[in-house]
Amino acid sequence: MTTAVVFGLCGAAAAGLGLYGVIANPQPLRKILAFNLLSSGVFLFFGVVARRGAISAFSGDPVPQALVITGIVVAAAGTALAVALLLQFFKATGSTTLNANALASTAADSIAE
Amino acid sequence: MTIDTVLDCGLTALVLAVGCWIVVARDSFAAAVGFVAYGLLLTLVWVRLDAIDVALMEGAVGSGLTGALLVRASSRLRTNEQSEAAEQPGMIVRPVAALFSAIVSAMLGAAVLYLPDPAPTLAPEAAANAGATGMANPVTNVLMAFRAMDTMLEKVVLLVALAGVWSLARDSLWGGRPGPRYRTDPKAPLTFLTQVLPPLGIVAGIYILWEGADAPGGAFQGGTIIAAMWLLVMMAGLADAPPISRRAVRLALIAGPLLFLIVGFGGLWLGKAFLAYPVAYAKPLLLAIEFAMTLTVAVTLGLLIAGPPERNGAS
Repeated sequence: MTTAVVFGLCGAAAAGLGLYGVIANPQPLRKILAFNLLSSGVFLFFGVVARRGAISAFSGDPVPQALVITGIVVAAAGTALAVALLLQFFKATGSTTLNANALASTAADSIAE
Repeated sequence: MTIDTVLDCGLTALVLAVGCWIVVARDSFAAAVGFVAYGLLLTLVWVRLDAIDVALMEGAVGSGLTGALLVRASSRLRTNEQSEAAEQPGMIVRPVAALFSAIVSAMLGAAVLYLPDPAPTLAPEAAANAGATGMANPVTNVLMAFRAMDTMLEKVVLLVALAGVWSLARDSLWGGRPGPRYRTDPKAPLTFLTQVLPPLGIVAGIYILWEGADAPGGAFQGGTIIAAMWLLVMMAGLADAPPISRRAVRLALIAGPLLFLIVGFGGLWLGKAFLAYPVAYAKPLLLAIEFAMTLTVAVTLGLLIAGPPERNGAS
C-alpha cells in the first residue's frame, strides 16, 4: 500500500468518526468538535487526491493543496462563529442543551429563582 | 512492507485512536485537549503527504487556534458538565448513527481505492505558468494568482464570520472590548513566556510570509503565527484587547480584501480580466497584497478567537 492509499483510508475513517459524533453526541460543544473531525477527514481525502497528482517537478498537485488551505481557514472561522453562538446561548439560558423540553424546564427554574 | 508503510500505518492508528477519544471521552475539556493532539498528528500526516504548506496551516490554524478556541469554550462551559452528561442519545440513535457513519466511511474508502489512474492533475499547468508571477512556491502561485478569487473571497468569509461573532454582543456593549480583562501575576511563568516569545514569534511569522514566495509558507501561515503571539499577549494580561470600534482595527481588518479588490478592478480597468495582474509588476503587486493580507489574517483571527465584545471600551 502506498502512503496516499493509507492516508486516504485514514481520512475516510476520520470522516465517518466525525459524522457519528455529530449525530450521536447530544452536547453542542462535542458536535462542534466532531464536525471538525469530519472536516479534517474530508481535507485529508482531498490531500490524497493532491498527492496522487504529483508530477516530476512537484510533489503534489498544488491546486487541491491551496484549496485545502483555504478550507482549513474557513472551517476555523465557522468553528469560531459556532463557539461564540454556543457561549452566548449558555449565557442567555444557563444551559447548553438542544433538547426543547429540558430547555423549557431550566428556563422555568431560572424564572422561579 | 517497507518501513515507510509501517510508519504510515502507525501514524494512521494514532490519528484514529485520538479521533475515537475525541468522540467518546466523557469530559468535554479532555476531548478539546485531545483535539489539539489530533491536529498535531494530522500535521505529521500532511508532512508525509509532502504538503508542507498544508502541514503548516493545519498546525497553526487547525490544531493551534481552533484548539485554543475549543479548550477555552469547554473550560467556560465546565459548570454545565454534570447536567450535560446526564443527557444521552436514544437507544436507537447510536446504532443507526454508527451504521450510517460506517457506510459513509466504507464508501469514501472504496473511492480512495478506486480513484482514477493516472490521476487527473493540474500540476503541469501550474508548472508551465509558474514563471508568470516570479514566485517559485506552486501553492502560493495558486493561492495568490491562479485561484486568487478563492483567496479573496475567503478573506471576505473571515470578515463575515467576525461580523457574526460581534453581532452577538449586547447593544450597550457594541464597540467595546472583547473577552474578559486578563490579569496575571507579573512574576508568573506565563508573563515571562509572553515577554520572551512574541519577538521571536513575530520574526518567525514575517519570515514565513517572506519565504512563502519560494518555499513552503505564505500570508496565511505567517499571519496565524502573529495572531497567536497577539493572543498570548492579551491572555497574559500584558496588553488589553482593543475596542472593536477603533479605526485602526477596522482598517487592519479590511486592508487585505480592499487591496485585493483594488488590484482586481485594476486588472479589469487595464482591459484584461478581474484579478489579472500585469506580468511586469506581478511580483511586487502580489507581495503588497500578501503583506496586507498577513495583517488582516492576524487581526481577524485574533479577534475571532477573542470573541464578542463583553466590556465597555472605556474600561
